[in-house]
Amino acid sequence: MTTRIVEMRRGILKKNDELAAGLRASYAEAGVLVLNLVSSPGTGKTAFLERTLRELRAKGARVAALVGDLETDNDALRLAASGAPVRQINTHGICHLDAEMIGKHIEGWAGVMLAGLDYLFIENVGNLVCPSSYDLGERIRVALLSVTEGEDKPLKYPTLFNSADAAVITKIDLSEPCAFNRELALRNINEIRPGIRIFETSAKTGTGMVEWLEYLREERAMR
Amino acid sequence: MHELSLVTSIVETVTETLAALPAARVVEVRLRVGALASVIPESLEFCWEIVIEGTPLEGSRLVVNMLPVVMHCAGCDADVTLDGVQSFRCPQCGSPCSEMRQGRELEIDSIEIDDGKVTA
Repeated sequence: MTTRIVEMRRGILKKNDELAAGLRASYAEAGVLVLNLVSSPGTGKTAFLERTLRELRAKGARVAALVGDLETDNDALRLAASGAPVRQINTHGICHLDAEMIGKHIEGWAGVMLAGLDYLFIENVGNLVCPSSYDLGERIRVALLSVTEGEDKPLKYPTLFNSADAAVITKIDLSEPCAFNRELALRNINEIRPGIRIFETSAKTGTGMVEWLEYLREERAMR
Repeated sequence: MHELSLVTSIVETVTETLAALPAARVVEVRLRVGALASVIPESLEFCWEIVIEGTPLEGSRLVVNMLPVVMHCAGCDADVTLDGVQSFRCPQCGSPCSEMRQGRELEIDSIEIDDGKVTA
């Protein structure tokens, strides 16, 4: 038997990557800053996003959000209370959002045009593993971590933290009862993603929101 | 992560390639997987046997070549290989590195096929 080698060099997620590249181009053309929020379930992505949407709207920014969950539209209802257009994506068992889901939900979104937005937030399915492999065409990937989760989360999930553009520590108002070691958490994040911007926030008290909103404004101006 | 869907996608891609090679039998499929790709080789291999059953790839082997993370160190002006994924510092000079050269790959590198041709 003689055999021969056929070179393939094909990305296994090539289809998603191509769709994401198309989305990225359409976001850029529309002039909308798109962010992908990733964390474990329970970190407080929805509470953080609720506050972000509310405060951005108060400043006159045009914002919208897509939110991914396996089931229910509970998060969409919570976020919609901010007054921003919000669309729920139910993945029915799939552990991450992919570019195809995003494309479909933007396309059929009644009353929302990318060109009419300043910011589009995508709240991913609560999961620290799979979403890191799926490009959604976002400009900024945000990894969130709450003080209740332990300072070593970045070391346990380096794939996500290393691919993030910004890190947000949530529930900072609970630091004391959780004996949260701030220096250790910051060091761990920096060990995995040197030099990344880190925001220490509380959606409850509003701590850190000024810096976060200023960062969003700068990033949008930079495009 | 979701190794079963990845394996299904690999099998589909290879099957498409085989359409141009009707007499070929696949002996081996070789992957390149970066240390930061969130993929467990054992899980891929486990799913392989199940997914290839009844496809043109039945009987083939899956070989997963794991690639370490390679970063560019600005201080050393060199590409450096990391020992693991717990610290993104240059192993030579200790300075933090943020420019990745290798580590997120998740691709089909090549396939080994038997054309059924007998060479003298």
